This record gives sequence, C-alpha cells and structure tokens, in this order.
Amino acid sequence: MEALLFYIFSALTLVCGFLVVANPLTRNPVTSAMFLVLTIISMAGLFVLLNAFFLAAVQIMVYAGAVIVLFLFVIMLLDIHEVEKQPVNYFSVTVGMLALLSIGGVLIKAIVTSGVGDGLEAVTVGSTKKLGLSLFTDYVLPFEIMGVLLLVGMIGVILLSKKTLR
Amino acid sequence: MSGAFILAWMVLLLPLVSTVLISCFTLKNDKLSARISIGAVLAGFVMSLLIFLSAREAGESNITWISIGNFQATLGVKLDNLSALMLLIVTGVGSLIHWYSQGYMKGDRSYSRYFACLSLFTFSMLGIVLASNFMQMFIFWELVGVSSYLLIGFWYERPAAADASKKAFLTNRIGDFGFILGIIMVWAATGSLNFAELKGVFEANPEILGATAGIVGVLLFCGAVGKSAQFPLHVWLPDAMEGPTPVSALIHAATMVAAGVFMLCRIFFLLSPDALQVIAWTGGITALMAAVIALQQNDIKRILAYSTLSQLGYMVMAVGVHAPGAAMFHLTTHAFFKAMLFLGAGSVIHALHHEQDIWKMGGLKEKMPATYKTFLIGTLALCGVPPLSGFFSKDGILAAAADFRHHGNVFLFAIGVLAAVLTTLYMARLVLVAFHGKHRSEAADHSHESPSVMTGPLWILVIPTLFAGFLPIESAVNHVAGLNHAGDHTQAPLAMAFSVLALLIGGSVAWSLYSKAESDPIANRLHGLSTALKNRLYFDEIFNGLIYVTHEAVSKLAEWIDRILLSSFIVKGLSNVVDVFGRGLRLFQTGSIHTYAFLFVVGIALVMFFVMGGVL
Amino acid sequence: MIGLEHYLIVSAILFGLGLMGVVMRSNLIVIYMSLELMLNAANLALVSFSRFTNTVDGQVMVFFVITVAAAEVAVGLALIVALYRKRQISEVDELTSLKL
Repeated sequence: MEALLFYIFSALTLVCGFLVVANPLTRNPVTSAMFLVLTIISMAGLFVLLNAFFLAAVQIMVYAGAVIVLFLFVIMLLDIHEVEKQPVNYFSVTVGMLALLSIGGVLIKAIVTSGVGDGLEAVTVGSTKKLGLSLFTDYVLPFEIMGVLLLVGMIGVILLSKKTLR
Repeated sequence: MSGAFILAWMVLLLPLVSTVLISCFTLKNDKLSARISIGAVLAGFVMSLLIFLSAREAGESNITWISIGNFQATLGVKLDNLSALMLLIVTGVGSLIHWYSQGYMKGDRSYSRYFACLSLFTFSMLGIVLASNFMQMFIFWELVGVSSYLLIGFWYERPAAADASKKAFLTNRIGDFGFILGIIMVWAATGSLNFAELKGVFEANPEILGATAGIVGVLLFCGAVGKSAQFPLHVWLPDAMEGPTPVSALIHAATMVAAGVFMLCRIFFLLSPDALQVIAWTGGITALMAAVIALQQNDIKRILAYSTLSQLGYMVMAVGVHAPGAAMFHLTTHAFFKAMLFLGAGSVIHALHHEQDIWKMGGLKEKMPATYKTFLIGTLALCGVPPLSGFFSKDGILAAAADFRHHGNVFLFAIGVLAAVLTTLYMARLVLVAFHGKHRSEAADHSHESPSVMTGPLWILVIPTLFAGFLPIESAVNHVAGLNHAGDHTQAPLAMAFSVLALLIGGSVAWSLYSKAESDPIANRLHGLSTALKNRLYFDEIFNGLIYVTHEAVSKLAEWIDRILLSSFIVKGLSNVVDVFGRGLRLFQTGSIHTYAFLFVVGIALVMFFVMGGVL
Repeated sequence: MIGLEHYLIVSAILFGLGLMGVVMRSNLIVIYMSLELMLNAANLALVSFSRFTNTVDGQVMVFFVITVAAAEVAVGLALIVALYRKRQISEVDELTSLKL
C-alpha cells in the first residue's frame, strides 16, 4: 500500500515538475504555475508518507496557498503573452537537458553507490508536538531570526514596489 | 691587545674621523679643515713611527664585522715588517703632502672638500696596508679607487679632469674584477681569507690550489695591474695627472699605485711560478714601454707619470723574479723621491701659473733655486746615482733579475738595464730643458720661488731620498714574504756595473742632445717615432677602437636580443597569448544568465564528479 | 519496500528538473518557479533523512526553508515587477548588462 502510494505520488511529482519547466504544449507561465501547484500538492503527499504531517500542511498552505498566488498575481500584473509566440530555442533545450543529465546523473550515481540508506529503517518521528518542541527549544534562536528575515523581506518588498526608486 | 695594535687601530681610524668631521662640520672653515686633516695624518705618522721603532712582534688583531653561517667577515690590523714599513711611507709622505697642499691649494673654492677627500684617501690606503684578510683588503682597495676618483676629478668642472677620473675608475674596475675573482677562487679552494691562516694552509699544503694555481695568481695580479697601472691597464695613470699636483704626488707616485706592489708582496706566498713569470714580464714590458713614451712627452707631469709607470714596472718585475724585498725597497725609496719630484713639479707649475709644457720653461735654475736643487736631487736618485737611495733599490732589482741561477732572466735583466738608460735620458732631458738654458716664455721669465710652506716638504723629503738606501728594508720584507735565500747579492757587482754604465750612457746622450737645444732634436729628426711616442704609442686610440668595436658588437647583439627575442617574442608573445586566451574566455562572458547558470551547473557537476573519485 | 534511496532519487530528479528549467527557460517568472522546484527537492531529501534517521532536525530545517523561500519569492517577484516597470522586460535574454 505504502509503496503504491509512493510510486503514485513520485510519478505525479516528477511529471508535474517536468511540465512546470518544459511543457511541450504551451509555454504560458500560468500553466507552469498551475503544474507547480500540482507538484507541491503531490509532494505534500510524499511528506505524509514520510510521517511529516505538519510539514505537509505547511507545504500546502504556504506554497500552494501563498506563494503560487503571488506568482499568479505577478503574471497577471505583467500581462505576458509574447512568450508563447517566440520559437523554441533548441540550443537552450539541449543545454537544459545536459544540465539535467549531468547533475541528475551525478546525484543518482552518488545515492546508489554510497549505500546511504543501508540498514536504515523507517521510524516514526514525525509527531507535530515533537517538531514544535524542537522548534521552540533547540532552534528558538533561528526561529526568531526567521521572523526578522520575514520582516526584512516585507520592508524590502514595500520599498521595491514604490513608484520611484530612490 | 698590545699597545702597538691600539696604536695601529688609531692610525687607521684617525683619518676617517677627520673625513667625517670635515664633511659634516667644517666645510665652511678652510683653515680648520686643513688643520684637522693634517693633524690626523701627522698623529698617524708619529704613531706609525712608534710602531715601527717599537719592538713589535708580527701579529694581528681582528674584530668580527659580519658573521654569516660559518663565514666570518673580519676587520683587523696586521702588523709585521711589511705593514709597518708601508704605514710609515703612507703617513710620512702623506703628512708632507698634506702640509704642502696647504700652500698649493690656497684660494681654491673647495679647499675643505679637498682635505676631506685627502683624509678619506689616507684612511683607505691605511686600510689596505693594515688589512689582515682579503675581504678587508678588497673593501679598502675599492675605497682607494673611490677616493682617487674623487681626487682626480677634484676640478670636476674641467671636462678633462672629469673624464680622467672616470677613466681611472673604470680601468681600475677591470683589474678589480680579476682581483675579486681571484679572491673568490682562493676562498673556494681554502675556505679562508685571512692572510695568516692562508699562509699556514699553503705551508702545510703548497699544492692546495692544484691546477688553478697559475690562474689564481694571474687573477690576483689583475688587481695590481689595475691599481699599479701595469701594461695594458696603464692608460689611466698619465691622464690622472689632471688632478691637483699634490694628489698626483700622493696617489699616483707614492701610495696608491704602490698598493698593487704591496699587495703582491703581501700575498707572495700564494703566487705560483707560472703566475710570477707573467708578473715579471708584465712588469718588464711596462718598465720599458713607459720609459720610451716618457722620452717624447712635453708635459712635466706626464713625464713624471710615465716615469712612475716605468718604476712601478720595475717593482712588479722584482716581485716576478722572486724579490719582493727589492720591490718594497724600491717602492719605499721611489715613494720619497717621486713625491719630491712631483711636489717640485707642482712648485714649478704653481710658479708659472699652471704652465706645464717644459719647452715653455727654461732657466728656472736661477729663479727657483730651492725647487731646482731638490728636483735635481730627486732626479739623480731616480736615475740611480750612487750613493742616493734610488741607486741601492734599483740595484737590488737588477741584481735579482741578474740572478740567472735562481729566478733571474737575461732578457728581463736587459730590459731593466735599457729602461735604466732611458730613465736617465728622459729625466736629464726634463731637468736640462726645464731648468737650464734660457727662458722660453713670459711666464718663465716672471716666475719666482714658491712659498716656504711648499718648499719645506721638499727639503724634508731630501733626507730620506739621500739616506733611505741604507735601510735594511729588503731583508726585512723578504723575511715576511717567507724568502730566506734572497738578499744575498751574488750578482750585485754585475748589476752595479751595468747600472752605472746605463747612467753614464743615458746622461751623456741627454747632455749632447738637450744641453743647448731650443726644440726637441728627436722630434726634428725622427718625426714618425716622435709622433707615435707623443701619442703614447696610440694605446688610448687602440683601446678606444677596441672598445668601440666590442661596444658596437655587444650593442648590436643586445639590440637583437631586445628587439627580436624580448620584444617580439617574449613580450609581444606573452601579450598575444594573453590576448588569445582573453578572446577565448570572452566567449563565456555572454552576459546571458543562462550561460552562467549552465556553466555553474557543469562546474558543480564536475566538482562532485571528482569529489566522488571520478567513477560513474 | 520503499527505502531512503527511493526518496532521494526522486529528490535528485526533481532537483535536476528545476535546474533544467533555470538553464532552459528564458522567462524570469518560470525561472523562479524552477528555483522553487529545486528548493522543494531539497526539502524532500531533508524530510526523508529525518524519517530514516529518527531525528526531527531535518523537519525543522524544512520549516525554515519554506519560510525563507516565501520571503525570497516575495522579494524576487517584487524585483521582477520593478524591473519590468523600468525596462519593460521579463526575459533574461534581454538582461545582458548589470546596469539598469
């Protein structure tokens, strides 16, 4: 059952991921954004399989909810159509494939040959309570800094969005 | 440290103190400068006299100057018969010349500078004399070169003087190059530069230099060739007469040029028989050649300069025939009478308002009696009239050359005798033309005797000129040089006979030619020869040509190297390589983020690939 | 049985896909999305390590990554908007100089 679910979610993730970056039918950014939502949701499924329930929820709320909305918002704002009219640049496709093959190949080879998962059993760690405890005890300082970072990001965005940059 | 060594250190350092004092504090005060300088050298003379007379034992006192690993550069004073004698000559003649300079240089703009240079020179010369090792000797050797450069070019606003100083310095440099090569070879072979240690080493193992012994000897001799103006590096000495006359007397007659001979005596134990052969012949050739050239010079100082060359040739020849004692003996006597002759010439020049052509003098006998008398005594000594000092010392050399059973050589002996004849001839010519006969110019007519500050030293120098011949210098120096057999004058009667014969021939020829002459009879009859001699056998021209040709060739080569090899090949080649690489690398700098991202990815992939050991 | 390697391989492929997007696409917004894919791939790897090594640290890290990614997207998109307003471009091909 778990294996089946894993394969379904993995396939979904990878196919949707592929369609985000290289949709053979359309090159409309909105489509990419939509497939990104699908990718993220199926990844949330993978997170559930990994017993990271809290993170699955965060993944859907933050990514599928906030981030994708932001993307769509900007796409609409810029009103980009001309992307579709440009011819496909086969050179960049080749280069992209090369990048995929080189990094993917090296990584997969490393994973397969290193035997990283040998003797490791899946264990249940993922209670939300435990995560919360860890977050507010061991990682309380990074957590606070993260808050500051969000504040800085917010101020930066406000500054950048002003009509005249000074 | 015993008293003698303290005195020696003081003798050495006093002139340095004087130089520093004068150049730092008293440049504006001429009188004080002169007093400081004279005081230093006079005190040095008194101390030298004490050292000479004290019952001293040979030895040295060293201080370590620089210590690098197991190499130690030491400064020291070495006292033995040789250095004590030289100390006496340098400070003695030096004192008189310092004293004389007071009068001669009166009114000169750079009076204080003159005395500063003179003190520096004295310091350097004393450094050579007292040097206990090769390194120190070389340092002071160069210092002497520098101070002589300063003194020859003292009137640097005159182009001739400036050129002469450069010529002297550069010519000396050639010799010094050989000298330092020799020193390095000695050091490489023995690991020591100290004379005493070296002597010990050589006594223990005479063959230590092996096959290079001859080369080392000749290289070391190169230093003497430069400083003592031996053929073929003699060309600087006559030109050096552009300096003030007292300088000519001090440097180019009595002391500096003697440094080469002194050095040869100091390192006599190092010289192999082959090297000594070279030395003897170089000396002989110089003696003869200079004497011939002196015959047709008209400048009073140049005649004396060539005469100096000739006498130096004698001394070097004496070293070459294993008679360093005779060489030092002649050096001593020569220092006295040649200094006197130069000072006399200076007195004449001073009186005639810097007229130096002997054919424009004449009849100075009555006008300048003191100068004439002293000059005559000096001339007689130089010609070797018994019993003046020159007779004994020249005789010693001739006797050594005539010692056919040991190291003498009949040709060298013949050269010596011939040079003696010529010496008498040109000196008699000088005296007869300059001091006898009628006045040949206004200046000569209105001349007058020099002040006593100038004639005083002349009279003082008469004493050693007359009596120095009786000093037991020869055996003392031979003892230092490690020779015990020399000093027995088995050939003395033969040498003496030839010497007197040479004197008679030269004197009578000169009398018959010049006693009534109004212009030079040799120049009138043997025109070509005379011109060649007047032009100093074209040595300068030959050297100029040689230098020109080599200079041209070297510069052509250098130009080729510079233009073709360096400029086009290396410099432009390098820039081209950089250019090509730059052009190539520019292809990557497209400004497109995609390219950068891709290269970034490839880079990371490669790094990971290699980190993982390159297995895929 | 699904092991650590399986998840990691999925993560690696996803990462490669994101990279491909960055290199291949010329639209700035799509490049941004590709970047998000790469971040997600890393997240997946972290969560699976956490699961298989019985520690919660990996999940904490993922939490931070998501937060930073949110902030980064906000700032990045603001930059894109600003750039578009200034130069009327959203394609990186036209962005070849560092000057505005």
